[in-house]
Amino acid sequence: MRGNHVLGEAAVLAGCRFYAGYPITPQNELPEYLSARLPQVGGVFIQGESEIASVNMILGAAAAGARVMTSSSSPGISLKQEGISYMAGMELPGVIVNTMRGGPGLGNIAPSAADYFQATRGGGHGDYRTPVLAPSGCQELAELTFLAFELADRYRNPVMIVGDGIMGQMMEPVVFPDPIDPKDLPEKDWILTGCKGRAPRAMFSMILDVNKMYKHNLKLQEKYELIAAQEVRYEALGVEEAEIIIVAYGTAARIAESAIEELGPNGLSVGLFRPITLWPFPVKPLRGLAEKASKIAVFEFSTGQLLEDVIISVGERAPIYFYGIPGGVVPTPAEIADFMRSVDRGDGTIGRRIEV
Amino acid sequence: MSAEPAYDYKKVFGRPQSLKDAYTHYCPGCGHSIAHRLVAECIDEMGLREKTIGIPPVGCAVLAYNYFNFDMIEAPHGRPLAVATGIKRILPDKFVFTYQGDGDLAAIGTAETIHAANRGERITTIFINNAIYGMTGGQMAPTTLLGQEATTTPGGRDPRYHGQPIDISKMIAVSDGVVYVERCALSSIKQIRRAKQAIKKAFRCQLDDLGFALVELLSPCPTNWKLTPKQACDWVNNVMVNTYPVGVIKDTTGYED
Repeated sequence: MRGNHVLGEAAVLAGCRFYAGYPITPQNELPEYLSARLPQVGGVFIQGESEIASVNMILGAAAAGARVMTSSSSPGISLKQEGISYMAGMELPGVIVNTMRGGPGLGNIAPSAADYFQATRGGGHGDYRTPVLAPSGCQELAELTFLAFELADRYRNPVMIVGDGIMGQMMEPVVFPDPIDPKDLPEKDWILTGCKGRAPRAMFSMILDVNKMYKHNLKLQEKYELIAAQEVRYEALGVEEAEIIIVAYGTAARIAESAIEELGPNGLSVGLFRPITLWPFPVKPLRGLAEKASKIAVFEFSTGQLLEDVIISVGERAPIYFYGIPGGVVPTPAEIADFMRSVDRGDGTIGRRIEV
Repeated sequence: MSAEPAYDYKKVFGRPQSLKDAYTHYCPGCGHSIAHRLVAECIDEMGLREKTIGIPPVGCAVLAYNYFNFDMIEAPHGRPLAVATGIKRILPDKFVFTYQGDGDLAAIGTAETIHAANRGERITTIFINNAIYGMTGGQMAPTTLLGQEATTTPGGRDPRYHGQPIDISKMIAVSDGVVYVERCALSSIKQIRRAKQAIKKAFRCQLDDLGFALVELLSPCPTNWKLTPKQACDWVNNVMVNTYPVGVIKDTTGYED
């Protein structure tokens, strides 16, 4: 199955019953899939008049108790930040998919990871965070879609899935997790359904009383700390004895994996560290590995965003080398193998050494 | 001490159950208090309170959830009809209405308004038009009249410079998704009584699954118009209605009045 269809099917199987979105390339196969699939399970698909309207539709549907999703690509995700901030403030669960493309501005439709800062630092206005999941293949895409809905409900918070056009078009076999019937999900005791048999409920993010706003923010921060403590996910391949550890996520991690294969068993000793949650970032695991490895290499489809989290994690424990590709150019595994050879030599012919 | 004579008291007026026992923050002479009361009376009389979900705007009525005694959810500025769409599609048997000002409905939320109306969402909108931005302190609204002074139209609204007053009710009425639009005023007893009938009818459109309905209420804002409450009502009756004539703008319901 193609990545965009995997995501749609996984969402439906995970109990998603409401999707609203506005077309933008390269993620259109996802809403197209859901427009036919959601009605089959009694769900609702709406093609909104804009990204802003769409994200606010899922805000409403989440308040009414449904598992909800919207998706877009970079410029559209910028528009959705209004609703994401409100959902964070009102503690509403929902899944937002960003099939990232080249930017800034309208950019291009080629794969990119340039929205890393936006995704991992909240994205919209206000002091909030959203868990960010970065799958690197179709099977993981299916599993992380389930996880995204679960985390959203568990923490009453928006959750992002980030990928790119390659992931959306990539075709791989998938085994889906067991389907979830929304009726079997735990009852939500905070949703709006009309006040029959109970006191009226009000949902809002405007808190004019400074003390209450202060407390609300501290409560949110407690939640984010809990997420950071409990939900870190990553994959480490061949890192134990590795001289060099390359840090990459999503499609870039797939290229790095191929590059390691290309270097061969008798070549350089390179391990792969792949963050699966970009927020919370696996700071401690990477820090632990940096104590032992002699060099850390960072490869990303952006020009120094993932790098910042690596610097926070690694500090001066190991020298950091960086290779970032801007604006939708996809390097070959051979190029990344060359980057690693350059890291090994420490000569900076590909990429550069980062002074921390 | 003589005993209290036994009077047979009958309650003839009280607070609707759909209004909380709370003081509002609205200014003296503001139309919101009347509009709130009308909405609450209609919801009570139609037995809708326990299945109602209301969405207030960003603007003076942003705190309406402190006054209405049923489920309510805040929306970002201009987005109540998008939020309402999400709720109504998930809970089609509930009663969903938005309560929006002119900035919310006809400026920042124009796209959401037109498209929810055009989809024929089974939602009812109460549109408060006071031709000014109240909460932010009297700036130009999309509905500000030509020549009207606002803090951002020094010398009065000039069509060449500031654009024309927008008649969003008329604009949405052209869509087949919209079944009922009426404009009333909150500035005279007669018009207030008419407004209540209009709100009830608009609510009925949703209950009968007919389509989108909107009631526009011309509403006095003495504070930002810099008039007394009485002068403000007179201004609605004598000036504002010339740009926004009261009456039925569209009615395909087939209901008898």
